[in-house]
Amino acid sequence: MSTPFYVSPQQAMADRAEYARKGIARGRSLVVMQYADGIVFVGENPSRALHKFSEIYDRIGFAAAGKYNEYENLRIGGVRYADLRGYTYDREDVTARGLANVYAQTLGTIFSSAGEKPYEVELVVAEVGETPEGDQIYRLPHDGSIVDEHGSVAVGGNAEQISSYLDREHRDGMSLAEALQLAVRALSRDTNGTEREIPAERLEVAVLDRTRPQQRKFKRIVGGQLARLLEAGSTATEAESSDE
Amino acid sequence: MEANSRGTGRLPAAFLTPGSSSFMDFLAEHQPELLPGNRQLPPTQGVIEAPHGTTIVAVTFPGGVVLAGDRRATMGNVIAQRDIEKVFPADEYSAVGIAGTAGLAVEMVKLFQLELEHFEKVEGAQLSLEGKANRLSTMIRSNLGMAMQGLAVVPLFAGYDVDRAKGRIFSYDVTGGRTEERGFAATGSGSVFARGAMKKLYRDDLSEADATTLVVQALYDAADDDSATGGPDVARRIYPIVTVITEDGFRRLTEDESSEIARSILERRLEQPDGPRAALL
Repeated sequence: MSTPFYVSPQQAMADRAEYARKGIARGRSLVVMQYADGIVFVGENPSRALHKFSEIYDRIGFAAAGKYNEYENLRIGGVRYADLRGYTYDREDVTARGLANVYAQTLGTIFSSAGEKPYEVELVVAEVGETPEGDQIYRLPHDGSIVDEHGSVAVGGNAEQISSYLDREHRDGMSLAEALQLAVRALSRDTNGTEREIPAERLEVAVLDRTRPQQRKFKRIVGGQLARLLEAGSTATEAESSDE
Repeated sequence: MEANSRGTGRLPAAFLTPGSSSFMDFLAEHQPELLPGNRQLPPTQGVIEAPHGTTIVAVTFPGGVVLAGDRRATMGNVIAQRDIEKVFPADEYSAVGIAGTAGLAVEMVKLFQLELEHFEKVEGAQLSLEGKANRLSTMIRSNLGMAMQGLAVVPLFAGYDVDRAKGRIFSYDVTGGRTEERGFAATGSGSVFARGAMKKLYRDDLSEADATTLVVQALYDAADDDSATGGPDVARRIYPIVTVITEDGFRRLTEDESSEIARSILERRLEQPDGPRAALL
């Protein structure tokens, strides 16, 4: 048996972070952003069956980029956590902040324990409030930190470039169609600056809609409704640009 | 209820173990003491006095099903509550109405709703209507120990079967035995009288409006002959809870709608106290 080489702790952590980041960067990016009536999740996802976005609880949604089996595990853990908490206390006592904390602790412990492979995932936990001011969006990188985001956030391969584009373009009180259209524009920009077309069938879109009368605010947007929203968005933008 | 008992705040292994999509299975593994069936009752003398809910009725019509319940809870010969709610949505396409020990029934419904919701979130698809009905069976069976001490819970489950495109009703006994009912069903202390009324009034071509009137008629007849079932309370504005489940999902009639039905029935009963007459032959 050979003696292992000495690796400094700094180097070990840097290697793990590099490993996780590379894994996440292989996945396609996704965008979570606020609009007037709630929070919209938009991502490119060729699969109809494997979702990137999911409902956790009444007002809480989940988005993830990276390795499917790892984030799927975390998603189910989150659903179990939320349902157990709601069952023990009350539905109102399940909050995105609490869930984000548990995720951060879980990711952090796995990241820093030498025996485990770091998770190659980046999560977003969002909660829609009664008003836009009450909306909460948390981004959870692979290492267990929490970033409190406002307006819009992107995670996944091309996240930095998309985020900076969204920061410039996103404004408060956008309609769903405007927000969706902006998200698609952001996602279709490649690293080298060129744009490519993302067909509607390859888009996965979901909303947390505060105006929904049901207790559960999460809803997937598919088929005709998605096509109509994309259409409405593009005509509006064309009208705006022709005014200029 | 911290997610973690070891204090690191991390989700415990049970949360991240792939496997069952059932919330009850998860509870059984992680916190079995929270499952109603695992509760140990101390030996008691006689019967425990607790509020009991009474009559629930259901009727199918082409395109859906109606589930309704009266508003009374009794404890012995005392009216424990006048405005109790015993009919609940189970999920988007089904509802459950409960007769029996009110406290346990409400807990069972809460767990049942959560069970369906949990499955839906984890799997990304709904259980079949049969699957939901079987799940409820298991829950009633786990309450058998309590039932033997006089704390039975006997629900009626109604839902719209999306695959078969029709409303269906399932009734249960205390041991969890499940029966699919044709046309109409009732449970609870006034069920005998309600079933008699429905037998004479039911037709298989009822409209949604007819079906909602029929269930209120049946509840009226149950209240007429069973002291534990409450009739429409005009003075306090307490009317039966009537719910409709169709292709469009679950809908509970508003107070105005159900009071409208109850009042029109009351008006007719001023002339014919025994209600509508069925043909002799």
